[in-house]
Amino acid sequence: MAVAETHNTGGIGKDVAIYVLLLILAGIQFIIAYQDITASQMFVRMLSVAIIEAGLALLFFMHLSKNRGLMWFVVIFTVAVLLGMQYGWTDSFRLLDGVRWSH
Amino acid sequence: MSQADLSIHGQVSRTGATEIMTAPTFSVPAKKMAMWLFIIADTATFAGCLVAYGFIRNATPDWPRPFHSITNVAIMTFILLTSSLTMLIGIRSAEKEDKAGAFRWMMITAVLGILFAVLHIREWLGMIGDGATLFHNPWGTPLFSSAFFSITGLHLLHVTGGVIALIAVAIRYQGGRYGADDIEVTGLYWHFVDLVWMFVVPLIYLMNLSH
Repeated sequence: MAVAETHNTGGIGKDVAIYVLLLILAGIQFIIAYQDITASQMFVRMLSVAIIEAGLALLFFMHLSKNRGLMWFVVIFTVAVLLGMQYGWTDSFRLLDGVRWSH
Repeated sequence: MSQADLSIHGQVSRTGATEIMTAPTFSVPAKKMAMWLFIIADTATFAGCLVAYGFIRNATPDWPRPFHSITNVAIMTFILLTSSLTMLIGIRSAEKEDKAGAFRWMMITAVLGILFAVLHIREWLGMIGDGATLFHNPWGTPLFSSAFFSITGLHLLHVTGGVIALIAVAIRYQGGRYGADDIEVTGLYWHFVDLVWMFVVPLIYLMNLSH
């Protein structure tokens, strides 16, 4: 029977520390929700915190920090796909504002 | 290839033929690599849904903000984050060959997942009670309800699947049919479900909070 790769570095103390950090970051997102700012500012701030949270979860909960090759494989493929999906935003703004150069 | 090379790179199969063995990709076992490939693909699925949601939200001037309280979603977030920690403890127990501990912590993780799903369904029922359905939204554009139920429903489906997987793997692990590596692979999936929630909460709930 195969044995799992061991991830003993840091132990449970490190896991708990990351867990507490994630709770704090989630709390920060909830605080941002009550700030008197525009929707776009709120989006940028919340997304930034979410990316930090995701990074922590990937590196320490999913142990990507232990395997640089796999980490770059995951990051490059995922970021490439995510960037590829952003082509539609101009259309989204056009629906809202119309075609600016036609005015 | 010389016999010396084969002693390093190859092995003789049961049929007597020599098979060249290649090192696993990124030194990751096949099961784990398969899960990572699934996670990358599933990331694209969720990202597609969230980008589509962002597209219609941005293009709709009178987007509704129907959420009055963050209490329920805050509790759900706390439960899901805690379940990731209990999953990690389960994985560490399995690595130490503590079968009873690994089984117990996986079951605790599954119970937390069930609790999350129950709270989620309760929230859904509340919204359906207010008149929101997949094609109707009492607060304005029906696109809100479509996006809300689609994205949170997709996530809830993942949580439900994860709970079933956790229970099945835990039982098989205790029975000796699965090993610690299977628990680790299941844990990867569970952390991914948690990771997706970190994006669903701000974009679907907190951005639509009424002030």
